[in-house]
Amino acid sequence: MDYLALYVTIKLALVTTAVLMVIAAPIAYFLAYKHFPGKSFVEALIYLPMALPPTVIGFYLIILMGPRGWVGGIWESLTGESLLFTFLGITIASVIYSIPFAVQPMKSAFVKIDRRLLENAYILGLSKRATFLRVIIPNSLGGIAAASILVFLHSIGAFGVLLMVGGSIPGETKVASIAIYEAVEMMNYQAAGLIALSFIPISYAFLLLVNKLNEGSRA
Amino acid sequence: MTISAAFRKKLKYFDVDISFDCQSEKMMVLIGPSGGGKTTIIRMLAGLETPDEGRLCFGNDIWFDSLRCVNLKPQKRRLGYVFQDYNLFPHLNLFDNAAFAAVDKKEVHALFELFRIDHLKKRKPHMVSGGERQRCAICQALARHPRLLLLDEPFSALDVVTRRGLREEIKSLKGRLSCPIIYVTHDINEALFLADEILPVVDGKADYDWMQRTITREPGEGTPTRGAREPRLSLVY
Repeated sequence: MDYLALYVTIKLALVTTAVLMVIAAPIAYFLAYKHFPGKSFVEALIYLPMALPPTVIGFYLIILMGPRGWVGGIWESLTGESLLFTFLGITIASVIYSIPFAVQPMKSAFVKIDRRLLENAYILGLSKRATFLRVIIPNSLGGIAAASILVFLHSIGAFGVLLMVGGSIPGETKVASIAIYEAVEMMNYQAAGLIALSFIPISYAFLLLVNKLNEGSRA
Repeated sequence: MTISAAFRKKLKYFDVDISFDCQSEKMMVLIGPSGGGKTTIIRMLAGLETPDEGRLCFGNDIWFDSLRCVNLKPQKRRLGYVFQDYNLFPHLNLFDNAAFAAVDKKEVHALFELFRIDHLKKRKPHMVSGGERQRCAICQALARHPRLLLLDEPFSALDVVTRRGLREEIKSLKGRLSCPIIYVTHDINEALFLADEILPVVDGKADYDWMQRTITREPGEGTPTRGAREPRLSLVY
């Protein structure tokens, strides 16, 4: 079995989840509590990766992260290295690909918090940032946990985006889904079957956890 | 210190247009029918709503002045505000709730003893009764050493017996506090029992005859406020 591909997959999913929990929380707060003209356009833009084919996202990321793209160009001028075909490159791709799955459950959890609790926090002297950290986050743990599990699951299943942005470099960008694809291409069904089988209990256990969390938040 | 308020705010069914003063160690009770603008007034005092025009001062500090474009944030006013409910943070136990913004956490123990909820310190808000929750909410407000204490129908969701007990506790507390207290209620008995000064508010304006009219009118001939007279979908169904 290609343990290296499984290792890269789990590493990528964990890093993506950690990064997205930090990035998505303020975005979800912004969408949940701020009203501004064009908010629905911004919201649709954030959820766009959910609706686009992964190859389309991959294509635009290649353009953006390639040596002539402004992100890839800046990176190359700073480090002298390419962003494409690196672990960092597929991490960026994975973060963008999964961002809707982090923002949406968090936003739902934030919206559910009674506004009077926030008002009480302001009365008690808390700034908006302190209220976010001391009141909103602790009262949205179910939504945040659901978001992190969804992002993790979505990340371990990513294929098209990662293949386009990262290729298939063992130990660097070759994730399990790509390893399965390559094994099947080479008619090695036993290797493909073993990696595929390892996904089922992981995904099933995490989905059970999401259901438990949803039941908990409804109770 | 005296809180001096004079402000106007346009609401959907009427305009709030009121002015009053309340001195330290005094309790002013805002009374009037439901939907008459009492809560809007207290929310403007707290800084949770902004008047359209007017002035609000606490001693020499200006909290709101429409002419000078001053509007102090609720965080800066150092208030105690007890809502009807939902004061407490569900993720914290009662002690941590009361100590949330306490000046000195040791005082919280004394407050809990004073309000007889010392044995419930470790309980979460959903594990205690409504009366105990409101006692804790009062402790939370007092632990901050407020310059002004606002109580917005704090006992209206409680049963009669609990309400009576808490009313007594508030009355005895009043003598120990040095800040002005503004108390909102629609219960005339409560107002008469607690108030040093009563300000009847009807449709957003002071109506000093309202209590007399309410006490002397025959049952069934009540005149609800304009806000309450408007047909509402929930009443239609």
